[in-house]
Amino acid sequence: MIKLPFFGDRQQAPSRMISASILRATFERRAVLIGALQGGVGMLLALRLGYLAIAQNEKYRLESESNRVNLTLVPPRRGWILDRNGAPLASNRADFRVDIIPERLRNAEATIDRLGDLLSLDPARVADIKDKVTTSRGFAPVEVASGLDYEQFATLSVRLPDLPGVVPQRGFSRFYPTGSSVGHLVGYVGPASAEEYEKDPNPLLITPGYKIGKDGLEKQFEKGLRGVPGARRVEVTASGRIVRDLETREDVQGSPIRLTIDGPLQDYAARRIGLESGSVVVMDCQTGDILCMASMPSFDPNSFSDGIGGVEYAMLREDERVPLRNKVLQGLYPPGSTIKPMHCMAFLRAGVKPTDTIVCGGGRRIGNRFFNCHSSHGVVDMNKAIAQSCDSYFYHFSQAVGFDEVANMASLFGMGKQFELPVNSQFFGTVPNAAWKEKKFGRPWEPFDTVNASIGQGYYLASPLQLAVLSSRLATGKALNPRLVLDGKAKDPVAYDFKPDDIAFIRQAMSDVVNGAGTARRAQLPLPDVKMAGKTGTAQVVSLSISNGRTGPWKYRDHGLFVFFAPFDNPRYAGAVVIEHGGGSGSAYPIARDVMTFMFDPQKGIDALRALEKQWGGTAQQRLEQRYAAYAAERGATVKPAPRREEEIFDQVEADARVAARQSETIASDVIVPRNEVQAAVPTTPDLVPGSAPTSPVTSNPLPQSEVSQ
Amino acid sequence: MNTMTAGGIIPAPIARQPWEMLIPLVLLTSFGGLVLYSAGGGAMQPFAQSHFIRFTVLAVMTGIIAAMPREAVRLLTYPAYLAVLVMLLGVEIVGQVGGGSQRWLEFGPIRIQPSEIMKPAVVLAMARFYETLPAGLIGSWRSVVPSGMLIIMPISLVLLQPDLGTSVAIAFGGVMVMFLAGLPLWWFMLAGGSAMAAAPMVYFFALRDYQRARVTTFLDPESDPLGAGYHIAQSKIAIGSGGLFGKGFNNGTQSHLNYLPEPHTDFVFSTMAEEWGLAGGLFVLVMYTLILRWGWKVATQSQDRFCALLAAGATATIFFYIAINLLMVMGMAPAKGIPLPWMSHGGSSMMTNMICIGLLMMVNRWNREAPRRGLSI
Repeated sequence: MIKLPFFGDRQQAPSRMISASILRATFERRAVLIGALQGGVGMLLALRLGYLAIAQNEKYRLESESNRVNLTLVPPRRGWILDRNGAPLASNRADFRVDIIPERLRNAEATIDRLGDLLSLDPARVADIKDKVTTSRGFAPVEVASGLDYEQFATLSVRLPDLPGVVPQRGFSRFYPTGSSVGHLVGYVGPASAEEYEKDPNPLLITPGYKIGKDGLEKQFEKGLRGVPGARRVEVTASGRIVRDLETREDVQGSPIRLTIDGPLQDYAARRIGLESGSVVVMDCQTGDILCMASMPSFDPNSFSDGIGGVEYAMLREDERVPLRNKVLQGLYPPGSTIKPMHCMAFLRAGVKPTDTIVCGGGRRIGNRFFNCHSSHGVVDMNKAIAQSCDSYFYHFSQAVGFDEVANMASLFGMGKQFELPVNSQFFGTVPNAAWKEKKFGRPWEPFDTVNASIGQGYYLASPLQLAVLSSRLATGKALNPRLVLDGKAKDPVAYDFKPDDIAFIRQAMSDVVNGAGTARRAQLPLPDVKMAGKTGTAQVVSLSISNGRTGPWKYRDHGLFVFFAPFDNPRYAGAVVIEHGGGSGSAYPIARDVMTFMFDPQKGIDALRALEKQWGGTAQQRLEQRYAAYAAERGATVKPAPRREEEIFDQVEADARVAARQSETIASDVIVPRNEVQAAVPTTPDLVPGSAPTSPVTSNPLPQSEVSQ
Repeated sequence: MNTMTAGGIIPAPIARQPWEMLIPLVLLTSFGGLVLYSAGGGAMQPFAQSHFIRFTVLAVMTGIIAAMPREAVRLLTYPAYLAVLVMLLGVEIVGQVGGGSQRWLEFGPIRIQPSEIMKPAVVLAMARFYETLPAGLIGSWRSVVPSGMLIIMPISLVLLQPDLGTSVAIAFGGVMVMFLAGLPLWWFMLAGGSAMAAAPMVYFFALRDYQRARVTTFLDPESDPLGAGYHIAQSKIAIGSGGLFGKGFNNGTQSHLNYLPEPHTDFVFSTMAEEWGLAGGLFVLVMYTLILRWGWKVATQSQDRFCALLAAGATATIFFYIAINLLMVMGMAPAKGIPLPWMSHGGSSMMTNMICIGLLMMVNRWNREAPRRGLSI
């Protein structure tokens, strides 16, 4: 047994009384001890309480506030993009929208399916959202739907407690009233990508519902259009439910930009291109203002605003008419005969007289080789050379004055040049000369190079914008520069040192193309008092052995080109129409004619267009939507998702455009047998070129573009 | 005794009640009701009203307990203990049959949690045991093995539920009685030492995941700010942001906006401190101090061993609730499902504490009726 100080010697003295009193004493001693310990715990608690409530009060008050108050940015309304008359090309529309923030989702898959049910989204959209959620960085919101009606919005709002990470809100979304007509010009908006956020770590960029400009003018003028975000301080519960508004600061709308574009004309031109693939540029001859730069087929920027959907992207990518390419700026084509009036300017400056003639016997001998003309023109002076597009004349005089001289003139007219425009990408084409060829291919300039280049073939490449500038400079004799933004008065263009007689002569010759014995007589305006001048062009892309240029696979058909200005004697408007693989200039000038008709008499122009659209099956926008629906129904389940980054898409589009521009290079290494301009035009009705308007462009040519050019 | 000072103005039956405890108790419960009114979103429903009703009903029960005669208590102690033990066993059986863990038994509309009643029952049984144990046997195996069994049997059943918090509470009451009964001091030191040594073993092998998480979180609250640590962090924010006088009645943002978990049960003190500040917190601490001090007074004034041990054990049981809960809400103990007496919403803990108060009042009445004579019994 162990002896203990308190309990004494129990076994020897089993005295119950003593033991009990000792136990009592022990009890009291220990009770005091425990009471004191409990008092100590009480003191500890009091001190701790004081420490938390006083010493750390500041810290915890802040934490409590940051719990309670949630600061949300209100995305600013984007500045409008207006046409020259103040009509909106891009505006904002109040709507209800839903975003999800991936990192706040508890079960992404289930939540998205649920949203798909609630908002009745189509399966392709649901697949896109899932794809985006898995690839996006967690903090960046992903748009589920916008433009919801109030019913859907309310249905969703009451289920929010079960759907963490889902953010429904009232806001504004971008709206492009004319849809695909302005797609390439205006661009579109979309949620900022992770890269964009890294570059500019502005919390606004990851605010649900905020979009930045992704392409076109929306991207170029992002800064000005953005505006200043509003802010909203709200009291929220732990689960994120908003209890009440504490303070709200209104957003400041971005400033509008006003373009030189004439909205109705832009829409008209885009629609008038119809089933073809091409572009129309119209400039003002006094200021250089670009009144329209339409590129079709196009995309609907409205449907891109929540990112490019997989199905839509696949449809646009597979289309050999490359709806993603802005052909006005990124399409390069051999200018063909459209540069002939400009070449005449070079001849005139070199001392050739308008009355100097040659004899075209179905071609002409240059050096020791005979080069074909598309026809046998007999005795040809300058007027006839332009009006009937006689190639022999240009072979001869280009050789006579030297092609370097001609190339200098081309540069003066803006060929091979870029213009100061707020655009993301602008191709500048090629004006070939001896030095260029030597540098590029390491081969000397041959006489057939002069021959090819003299009629705008061979290595010659120009964009529709350049052709429009060329046309405006020819028409006015002034170095007009294209302008896209209507900011103040345009600078007065510098006049070239051309003789007024020469300018008048060229104008007359180009008028004769349309109004005289020329190649585009069906391009006459159906107006009594306005006469349009122009020049046709047919650009071959493959050799005669592959295709005759007018029928057969779309990809091998000739480009149709037309440069024009009107009225011919006092030019007010100038422009260019380029129809890719249109089968000759006959596909281009009817469009120019109708566009110019619309300029001077809108009603007449619209009537002509309505009749055509009836045959085509609706407006460009309607046809795009129909195609999408058909495509989605057929292929919807099998498409691969669109690239996550818009940059990849743009890079791809641009790379494709560069490849496409080299298509004609393959035949430039030999002489090109020119086509008959008149023949190309005459058998076709001016309104609709048969065989060049396939209803199913996807199937008309199985060969992808890149295979052709390699 | 306050009965002497009351004089003749107040009738004796009222005057002789232990007002030094009853007044703090009623104040505390009323204050608790006020906090629950706020926690219920500024309404009597769903918390405050039932809190007051419960208190009233249980006060009647307390009165009945307080009126129990000494002999009846001595007679009924072991049967009561056995009855509660059987109920605990019943919980296990019902739980096994029903599948999943269950902690209560249902008798019509009343839901009883036997593990709660076990706390005072253990104290009673232990006090009874040491009363009957000959003083000479203190220090021998017979002074610890049977009483140890009295503790271990219910604890094993409660641990099976599993409910670690209540097991510890039962053990605390029982061990406290053992300590006060005069068992050798070094036994406790040895037990404490081996418990500390065994703690890591228990942590790694005996605890369930959620219990382990609580301990980890307690040791490192930042380890999981949105999970288990979230509760304690939010509780500290609530208490700390209250400052000296709080944000005002019904103005607590932490509780009203649901940042504070369980604002009406475990974290009722945080809810209170947010709205009433340090002043409210000290008021609550003072009320508890008064109640516990009275409890110790009753214990030391007891005329026999049973009463003394019973009163001390009951006081210790109440203390255990208060201390663990407050240490927890202030971030000094792991998060436990232990409510704050007379303030938290919930019937079971209120019943336990009211039984303890009833036992204390009963002992107090016995003391008054037969004051202690001299130094011995």
